[in-house]
Amino acid sequence: MALTTVRPQGMGFNTGRRNLVKNGAMLVSQRGTSFTSVADNAYTLDRYRLTENTSAIVDMSQSSEVPSEGGLSKSLKIDITTSATPSGGQAFCLNYRMEGYDFLPSGYGNSNAKYLTLSFWVKSNVTGTYRLTFIARNGSGNRSIGATYTINSADTWEKKEVSIIPDTASTPYQTTDEGFRIEWYLASGPDRTTGSLPTSWATLDNATRATGQGVNLASSTSNEWYITGVQLEVGTNASDFEHRSYADELFDCSRYYTNLAQFNGDNFGQMYSGTQGKVGLKYPRVMRAAPTVTANSPFTSLVEENGVAVRTPTAVAVNYSRASGCIMSFDVTGTSGNGLFVRQATNDTTIEADAEL
Amino acid sequence: MDEMNITSAQYVADLAGDNVIIVATIDGTEMSVPNNATGNRHYDEIQRQVAAGTLTIQDAD
Repeated sequence: MALTTVRPQGMGFNTGRRNLVKNGAMLVSQRGTSFTSVADNAYTLDRYRLTENTSAIVDMSQSSEVPSEGGLSKSLKIDITTSATPSGGQAFCLNYRMEGYDFLPSGYGNSNAKYLTLSFWVKSNVTGTYRLTFIARNGSGNRSIGATYTINSADTWEKKEVSIIPDTASTPYQTTDEGFRIEWYLASGPDRTTGSLPTSWATLDNATRATGQGVNLASSTSNEWYITGVQLEVGTNASDFEHRSYADELFDCSRYYTNLAQFNGDNFGQMYSGTQGKVGLKYPRVMRAAPTVTANSPFTSLVEENGVAVRTPTAVAVNYSRASGCIMSFDVTGTSGNGLFVRQATNDTTIEADAEL
Repeated sequence: MDEMNITSAQYVADLAGDNVIIVATIDGTEMSVPNNATGNRHYDEIQRQVAAGTLTIQDAD
């Protein structure tokens, strides 16, 4: 009896990394683990962005509620704290925005474009039909296709798999720009649910962008929705979730967001004058684009003048921002020419670099 | 639905006088946005709102 099987060439097995999605296991949440009254367009867990312009108010968190199988340890939770009925073109959805380079394995835009399969675990107390929207993005026009999935049993983890046909007609961005987007709709106003579900690739039409969404998750403050184990892969079948180490996921996510307060003492500079110091901050990896930098006070004991004293800046500013790092200036009193480095003396001081999509 | 609420924006110049940063208050948070950084979502949105005539970037001090 043969103990091995030789598969014919071209059977479509993906070797190497299969999952095109970063942080599919919801392991990384650099911004915190609990988020109240999440704003429209805000990022919470790394790489996941909320679109929520209804009058509902939602909290989000990194939850330990997970499926009993699959080895997952975290999930993303959305909890309704103020209910609403969406109107007009209002939308409530979670979305994942993929860098164009990461979408290259799809082959979209030519005759060899491939099927893609999205799989994820989901749980909610609200059963019913939910809409998924996939958007291929380029400068000449965004194209989309829709699908639905059903939560059959309340408060029960269910694994969903959705395959989508390839788009051969247009080439998404093959750059650091956003090439592909997945939207998990949770509620929608009527202006986005007209017509029929678009089951073939076509120019994105906001009028049908959420058609098929049968649930208003925002209808009650008792409602909640969990997701984890997100995987998008080439092919027509979902394979087992590809687990990656926390270190690998954190490194990947740091291309889009990083909190420099975690790099205590790594960043050296100099007293530029008697009243101002400058420190070059290097990011843990080159980011997707030159990031927006946000320094959050208080700055108590944020910088240290070498061999002299710990200093509390009265103001912090960014002088230059590049994909690999930035130069920050701190208004502090010291001796011109002395060395300076950033230290984190309080846990609530953060310097964030954001190159999200 | 991707629109950001930008309530102020001002250039910051370096010693050479080049505008290198835009300090902007976006969704209630003051952020340092790199200038001429196409692809940065905050910069792109600032430019979109400037083009739409709904935002003016103040000169550097």
